[in-house]
Amino acid sequence: MAHILEVDQLKIDARKDDGSLTPIVKGVSFNVKRGEVVALIGESGSGKTTIALSALGYTKPGLEFTSGEVRLHGQNVISMPSEQKRLMRGQKVAYLAQSAAATFNPALTIGEQVTESPVLHGQLNQEEANQRAIELYRALELPDPEILGKRFPHQVSGGQLQRLMAAMALCGKPDLLVLDEPTTALDVTTQIEVLKAFKSVIKQEGTSAIYVTHDLSVVAQIADDIVVLYAGEVQEHGSAEQVVNKPGHDYTRRLMNAVRPPPAAGQGEEMTGEHEREVPALEVIKLSAGYGKKINGVPATRVLKDVNIAIERGHTVGVIGESGCGKSTLARVMSGLLPSSHGEVLLDGESLKPDLKNRKRSELQKVQFVFQMADTALNPRQRIDQILGRPLEFYIGLKGGGKRKRIAELLEMVELPQDFAGRYPDELSGGQKQRINLARALAAAPEVLLCDEVISALDSIVGANVIELLKRLRKKTGVSFVFISHDLSTVASFADEIVVLYAGRVVEQGQVDQVLSPPYHPYTRLLIASVPELQLGWLEETMETQEAQAGIDRVVQITDIGCPFYDRCPISIEGTCDKEIPPIRHFDESHQIECHHNENYFLN
Amino acid sequence: MLVQAIIKRILISFVTLLVVSIIIFIGTSLLPGDVANIILGQMATPESLAALREHLGLDQPPHVRYFMWLGNLFTGDLGMSKAGSGIGTVGTEISVMIVPRLVNTLRLAGMVAVISIPLAMSLGLLASMYPGSRIDRAITFTTLSIISVPDFLVAMILVMILAVQLGWLPSIAYLSGSETGWQLIRALLMPTLTLVTIVSAQIIRMTRATILNIMSSPYIEMAILKGVNRKRIIMRHALLNTVGPIVNVIALNMAWLIGGVVIVETVFAYPGLAKLMIDGVQTRDLPLVQACAMIFCATYVILLMIADMASIISNPRLRHPK
Repeated sequence: MAHILEVDQLKIDARKDDGSLTPIVKGVSFNVKRGEVVALIGESGSGKTTIALSALGYTKPGLEFTSGEVRLHGQNVISMPSEQKRLMRGQKVAYLAQSAAATFNPALTIGEQVTESPVLHGQLNQEEANQRAIELYRALELPDPEILGKRFPHQVSGGQLQRLMAAMALCGKPDLLVLDEPTTALDVTTQIEVLKAFKSVIKQEGTSAIYVTHDLSVVAQIADDIVVLYAGEVQEHGSAEQVVNKPGHDYTRRLMNAVRPPPAAGQGEEMTGEHEREVPALEVIKLSAGYGKKINGVPATRVLKDVNIAIERGHTVGVIGESGCGKSTLARVMSGLLPSSHGEVLLDGESLKPDLKNRKRSELQKVQFVFQMADTALNPRQRIDQILGRPLEFYIGLKGGGKRKRIAELLEMVELPQDFAGRYPDELSGGQKQRINLARALAAAPEVLLCDEVISALDSIVGANVIELLKRLRKKTGVSFVFISHDLSTVASFADEIVVLYAGRVVEQGQVDQVLSPPYHPYTRLLIASVPELQLGWLEETMETQEAQAGIDRVVQITDIGCPFYDRCPISIEGTCDKEIPPIRHFDESHQIECHHNENYFLN
Repeated sequence: MLVQAIIKRILISFVTLLVVSIIIFIGTSLLPGDVANIILGQMATPESLAALREHLGLDQPPHVRYFMWLGNLFTGDLGMSKAGSGIGTVGTEISVMIVPRLVNTLRLAGMVAVISIPLAMSLGLLASMYPGSRIDRAITFTTLSIISVPDFLVAMILVMILAVQLGWLPSIAYLSGSETGWQLIRALLMPTLTLVTIVSAQIIRMTRATILNIMSSPYIEMAILKGVNRKRIIMRHALLNTVGPIVNVIALNMAWLIGGVVIVETVFAYPGLAKLMIDGVQTRDLPLVQACAMIFCATYVILLMIADMASIISNPRLRHPK
């Protein structure tokens, strides 16, 4: 039979607390051929994960199959008795979840979890399963395959865990893999490697796959067929080549437009300088910080080291780097949430106390924080007018009519209707909540907004709208932004200056155009090269390049001797880069790179 | 890292005990009247009071008395009774008064623990395996009802049914000290049943809640999608991660069994340690009260320390550092 999986007029409903049913999946049909990768693409709420899970005869709690069939090898998995379902899972169909960190049981060894399914199903005995696992670790280019199985999940890195999940899924030699956003939570540099490993292992094993994602650029690298979903319905279905290059449906085109172009010079905003003054709005000088108990003023876990950044009034400084490089810590130190261990934070040229408890109210007012997760940043028991009203009272002293008027203005500023004032955060969508989160920070009439990954949790179309809003707000208010993101494309389209952090140090900073065009710091070059492009075959091309070879995921540590990037750097000089701290090379008043290679090396 | 965490936890327990001893000492010093007053009673004259206080060491400044008391405590000398409560008279050694009561208390607590821990954990497990089922609802309803009722009422209801209506068991649990074997068990049965009911209800609810919480985590969903059967999911994937919270609730209940069961002891006229302490308070026998209070607090501190160690040891991050 040519089709491994046939999804036929599938309908799935959600049962609410009052017993009523809301349709989630509204009659979806598609097939998966042997050895083929079919991508399900759509925003959150499109039903893509729900559809993918139906291939295992499973629904999340609260959901019900209402009609239609999902046939695996011609057998309807929805109506199967539960014992038969159990035997099919892991053996015929296997699942890879978005977050490997949450999917691995912290109390059991990696080996036990990887081999559990085939051993339980009697496919392999423990010895054979261990052998198979080691083969898979090798195929997935994991380190120390022989002893990896004896380790616990917390002992390996995020990227490794993600690949280990692939090993867990493949150990039972399933005919069909269901991959649910398996690279979304990873850094671009790690994503590239994991994608490559997935792609080659799927080919090697000859399995079919359903690949669920919201990221068109990723899909273009791995899928043969693409199913575009919106609100539980198929919008477009075709080969990857056809959907990517000749999208037929309006919605697909909208999705394509929301894909930001690969980061390149010329995307940044031209700054007029109309808001600039003599001193920067916010400046950090020789800043060091970390977590844990301090010994001789040095924290146990150091995160930032000797960071110098100036944010001019009305400018936007993008801070970029892989997870763990100290981006969020930088924002926390600027806001005073985390007192620095060394160095200074200057606001309008005046030194701020390290701890926010000792800062004056007017100083607190001028630096506001916008957190990544609007869901957790907004109190679910407070109405929107209470959330926005509090900073208005506390910082500005507004009450009664004045406060109401200002709340209305703030809602208008973030382009939300007035009647939202009476609602609770739960009644809002993710993008709307993020707008309220922004409005709350703006209510204090700040001079500097610290935005920590504010659009990372949003769908691409919603995220793009929030960025547009931020641009308008910047123009209107003259507020300076510190814009933290792991996504270089987003930073490139919004910031006018970029700071590249690696292992707690600034390795390169300058105007957007300067950072995104040569000369590059080798790490910046790696970051730029790793951003997936919406183009078939990009993955293969990139893997050939020297930059991508440096992407191998390692534990990044702050160092006292030598350059922290030494062991990943393609142009490192042995004997120098591993021994001495690199000097700062100035290319321009505003553009600088921290590297042992001198200016002439970069310019040639 | 594991050893460090354990040593740190032991040191914290030690400091806690010291702080507790200071609080107990100050607390008992604040009570109005002293032993000299009680011993002399009506016959007290200022001169005889002063002489007796000097004789008992009560004229020393408080910090000197504290360190004398603490020093004696460490050498196992709990001091002498200054009023004579319970079985003792003035001048009886406290340890002589406490030891038989402590044995009684430990006997009762031991029997309750042996029955309630396995019973409660299995029932909690059973309820969590079939959430929303009839058996789960029955267990949840019963345990909630028991927890909501004060402990003496549970005791009274059991007495009414088992002793008064059915006449199977004696309604009091008085020990003369010579009981052995079946006699002893029969005497203990009534308070044991009462305490098992109360303690189990709490452990059952906690076990159920903890397991259900873990059952909704992504790694359990993954196990389901790997085709792991329900029994193995609970026994292998969930239980290992529930050790910390469950051991804690068990430890708290065991500590309560040593020091907090005075009402149940009173209902059954059971000669336990908690009742001895109440007698000590009534006769202002401060050394006795101090000694009992130290025993109760030490039980809490040590049991909670054991519980914390269990969760430290069951934490893979501490057991297998990077």
